[in-house]
Amino acid sequence: MFEKIVLASDGSEHSLRSTTHAIELAEKFNGTIDVVYVVDGQTAKSDVLHNNGKLEIAKKRHEKMKPVVDLLERSDVEYSIHILHGEAGPTIVEFTNENGFDCVVIGSRGLNDLQTFILGSVSHKVAKRVNCPVLIVK
Amino acid sequence: MKIETLKREWVGNIRGDVLAGMVVALALIPEAIAFSIIAGVDPMVGLYASFCIAIVISIVGGRPGMISAATGAMALLMVTLIAEHGLQYLLAATILTGVIQILFGVFKLSRVMKFVPRSVMVGFVNALAILIFQAQLTHFVGETWIMYALVALTLAIIYIFPRVTKAVPSTLVAIIIITSITIFGNIDSKTVGDLGNLTQQLPVFLIPSIPFNLETLMIILPYSLSLAIVGLTETLLTANIVDDMTDTESNKNRESRGQGIANIVAGFFGGMAGCAMIGQSGINVKSGGRGRLSTFIAGVFLMILIIVLGDLLVQIPMAALVGVMFMVSIGTFDWSSLTNLHKLPKTDAVVMLTTVAIVLVTHDLSKGVLAGVLLSAIFFAAKISKVKVTDELVHESTKRIYYVHGQLFFASVNDFVKKFAYVDSVREVEIDLSNAHLWDDSAIGALDKIEMKFEQNNIQIIYSGLNKDSARLKNKIGGLSKASGH
Repeated sequence: MFEKIVLASDGSEHSLRSTTHAIELAEKFNGTIDVVYVVDGQTAKSDVLHNNGKLEIAKKRHEKMKPVVDLLERSDVEYSIHILHGEAGPTIVEFTNENGFDCVVIGSRGLNDLQTFILGSVSHKVAKRVNCPVLIVK
Repeated sequence: MKIETLKREWVGNIRGDVLAGMVVALALIPEAIAFSIIAGVDPMVGLYASFCIAIVISIVGGRPGMISAATGAMALLMVTLIAEHGLQYLLAATILTGVIQILFGVFKLSRVMKFVPRSVMVGFVNALAILIFQAQLTHFVGETWIMYALVALTLAIIYIFPRVTKAVPSTLVAIIIITSITIFGNIDSKTVGDLGNLTQQLPVFLIPSIPFNLETLMIILPYSLSLAIVGLTETLLTANIVDDMTDTESNKNRESRGQGIANIVAGFFGGMAGCAMIGQSGINVKSGGRGRLSTFIAGVFLMILIIVLGDLLVQIPMAALVGVMFMVSIGTFDWSSLTNLHKLPKTDAVVMLTTVAIVLVTHDLSKGVLAGVLLSAIFFAAKISKVKVTDELVHESTKRIYYVHGQLFFASVNDFVKKFAYVDSVREVEIDLSNAHLWDDSAIGALDKIEMKFEQNNIQIIYSGLNKDSARLKNKIGGLSKASGH
């Protein structure tokens, strides 16, 4: 039922909770996990500003995802990591819908209150527009 | 260039490019006007510049999808030139800026950008943000609470409207609403028209009316150099950001050359020098623009808007433009550098703050960049000039071996020479250089000096473990300084 799972994550502590839930789900249904980290314009700007060259940027981003990767490594679930570019919400929706996934696992938080007020919440956007069930982890 | 590449870059994404280009044109208008006002010229100068630069760079640039036009960084550099010598000198300086940038491109100097450290770039954007902010404060002088209220309302619309829709740039919506309020509410507030003229016509080719002599050149050259450096700094930074946002590559030397050509054209058509814009390029990419067509459409649509809307543009209240500039300033500033300041290496933080300080004092971004680069070069030299020397006694205390770790060059040799005990009871000394590298004749000179000092005390000395490059250098110039009696 939930064999192809998308896990939206930015490597933050909060997204680790979503990771454990995604792993449990995948283990139950013998599924695979595709981790998606979306780099938005603001992050692209500050990553380019603070790192020397493409290699260093790529390395930093993989390091950022390391806690998530560690959790996945400890499980027996087959997984892959995707670093995509764009606005978080629409990019996750597009990736999920185009590749025919069965379930999206996403954290409810990430931004602070003011940012959520101005930008809206990513999980809300994803839940509204994605074609498969969504698990929002509180 | 291959036809396929050309085709992909121009017509590979027609729908996305046309829509994004139009969005950018709308977002460009308030900025081009506001940057003209910062520089102290008529709004037309910034608008013509944005039109010319966008069109030309779309054809000759090296980074498809990037937006170049009149910018704040460049406008800030022109203020004194315009105040002291007037518009014609600015146009001449713009053309010369283009020539310098073409030379940068031809000699492939974009590689030099690698030597601009990250902390200097962070200082650059932060200083730019502060200067743009500062430039707005003069508009508040002698104004009533109405001005403050309108600016606050502008900002509120800019930041909250995207929640409704992102299809229309929120800055444009803010401008329309605030302008309507002042027109229909009969509110007396300073407008764009109060600060300059706006003509509804296409730019025409003109040769700047300046005396063509050495004196003129000496007036504009320093400005042109600053403009060329700052323009390329911001352009190449923006290109890297667009590269990352779109996950594609770009040709930086072609871009440098393209910026030069675009500025020359702008100068001849009555526009001020410009460069790539981080904010507008971000808007373009987010709106779906990827190809050269998006930049081209932005330029064309901008001109159409000026011709159609000219009468309305002069009625835009300054309060709305000030609000837009505050947004530009907030968006330009690298906020993460504030929150991470204590986590950075101390030298990086000092370089960043120095860059900002120098810019704020001189009002010249290029001076800040140069000072920052220089300071970080000094810090770097200081860091790698630390040479570690350890020693041990062998052969029943008749021989001492020194192990040298580090880089030997002009900055490190002074301390290095002092690290040996020349008066010693041993008969033999070995200096192991297998973890050291000799870089210049100062290093060789230091080794000769050490050799001499030991020999004066009747201690035999040998050097061991030289790597290939160092050995070659030592063979080439070694012994010279000793022979000459130093």
